[in-house]
Amino acid sequence: MAAHTPAPAAPRARGRRLGSTVAGLLVLGVVLFPLYWMLNTALQPESGLLQVDPVPGSLDLSGFSKAISDQGGNLLTSLVVSLGAVAICLAVSAPAAYGLARFGLRGTRTIVFGTLITQMVPGIVIANALYNSYVDLGLVNSHFGLMLADASLGIPFSIVLMRAFMVSIPGEVVEAAQIDGAGPVRTFVRVVLPMSRNALITSGLFAFLFSWSDFMFALTLNTTDDVKPITLGIYQYIGAHVGDWGAVMAASVLSAVPAAILLVLAQKYIAAGITGGSVK
Amino acid sequence: MTTPTATAAASTKAPEKAAAPDPARLRRRRRLTQWGFVAPAVVFMLLFFGYPLVRNVVMSFQHYTPKTFFTGQAPFNGTDNWSAVLQDALFGKALWHTLVFTAGSLLGQFCIGLALAVFFSRRFPLNGVLRSLILLPWLVPMVVSGIVWRRILDQDTGVLNTFLGAIGLSGDTPWLTSPGMALLSVILVNIWIGIPFNMVILYGGLQEIPRELHEAASLDGASAWRAFRSVTLPMLRPVITVVLVLGFMSTVKILDLILALTDGGPADATQTLGTLTYQNSFVQLDFGAGAVVGNVLILISAAFAVFYLRANRTDGK
Repeated sequence: MAAHTPAPAAPRARGRRLGSTVAGLLVLGVVLFPLYWMLNTALQPESGLLQVDPVPGSLDLSGFSKAISDQGGNLLTSLVVSLGAVAICLAVSAPAAYGLARFGLRGTRTIVFGTLITQMVPGIVIANALYNSYVDLGLVNSHFGLMLADASLGIPFSIVLMRAFMVSIPGEVVEAAQIDGAGPVRTFVRVVLPMSRNALITSGLFAFLFSWSDFMFALTLNTTDDVKPITLGIYQYIGAHVGDWGAVMAASVLSAVPAAILLVLAQKYIAAGITGGSVK
Repeated sequence: MTTPTATAAASTKAPEKAAAPDPARLRRRRRLTQWGFVAPAVVFMLLFFGYPLVRNVVMSFQHYTPKTFFTGQAPFNGTDNWSAVLQDALFGKALWHTLVFTAGSLLGQFCIGLALAVFFSRRFPLNGVLRSLILLPWLVPMVVSGIVWRRILDQDTGVLNTFLGAIGLSGDTPWLTSPGMALLSVILVNIWIGIPFNMVILYGGLQEIPRELHEAASLDGASAWRAFRSVTLPMLRPVITVVLVLGFMSTVKILDLILALTDGGPADATQTLGTLTYQNSFVQLDFGAGAVVGNVLILISAAFAVFYLRANRTDGK
């Protein structure tokens, strides 16, 4: 590890690098402390409202079993709604990104501009108007209604991200497919989508994260307990169970698991998404 | 994950049988197919962004009551909502809190994010692993982070006060329960949430600065600080603008974090335009008043949108 690059002043440089690693670990420890504390509290359910030991003495999983029995259904709701939102998001934004990248349609610039603008509309303003239309359309308290609203969180982002990628697909590849007689739809499905795999994964990942984290639409577009994602579940949980922090924190840990898994499995896509979706 | 995309794309496909020899018709048909790719997204965005924007303006001139949901009647009432909301002292407070919350969060997130980005630009073992783990706070649902911090900041049993007491500092700070402290606490938590985002983008920007520039600076005898100020910061400017404006956009409308930490309290000390919109519409069920506050929020965002587009244009393209 230390012989990573042939450095001329090896011992001193190596010492400085190890020092940086130690400093980096300290920084990470401070930044991640709240997440550690969430896990730690979840493993000491009996402490209730009392102070929590810095390290769990013995692993008490009763908080987790309570959290799963109380919130397991909500976790499932989150999963279903998020996957649905991802499907809608990709189905709508991938063809649009390709169209905006390739076809040179008359309104392209306006549409791209509009896509950038939508990312600036505060969600609560959308919810304000959406609630009333949802009431009229019967979409309040429905999985599909929440999926649609959550998909709106990912669509502009995905269009911007995938379009930036698809612009850089060499024109010859697309033309070759067309010479072989493929129409635009076939070219898109057979050539463009497979080539855009990474952009699709990144977009899908972020659409999932946006939807999984969504609290506002869950809060405003549901008036009953029929459709309750985990974010709303936990929020209402502390209202009712302030004394039972162990279970609340266990539910919090469970809600953070997808983020942790995605981070480990797909860190390069996540870093690419944060930079790519924003600096465009 | 490509399957739903593929089927949906295929369903938008126009029937293409019996190729007509007429080139104008062919061209028209091709245009139509091409619009088929873009149209669903345009319709979706019009419904989920365009329509709410317009509807909010209309709603701000309508009188909503809980009765509206049974009768469907929301009569127009001129500027009554506007004058009622703008004259309410709470609106001024919320506006001020929004500005303090946004400015404080941005300043903290940016400075710490930049410092970490510079730090991680060095080469050292485990750099990549540590850098990706630092993203975790940004990935956890914001409302969950808020709840975790609510536990940490608890006055009597929270670990922060326990720790401060143990090292001899005041161990009973009412972080979230005193009107004087609550806004500051909410800002501090939001800084924590925003650090990864700032760090990742600024780190990316730092990687794009050619190494030769730093070598040239150090050959000229510039100190590290001098080189940072005269070489790094100017080169990083476009990225800095993007980070700050995007940070502004996402911070000014934050709702979940504040609801999870304080519910806007104590004594409205953490009420912002976002939470006030929510309160008016979804707690008081006065959607007209909520729309007024929402429109003010949009005006503020729009001012920054202009700023953002300017910044993007000077960015090269």
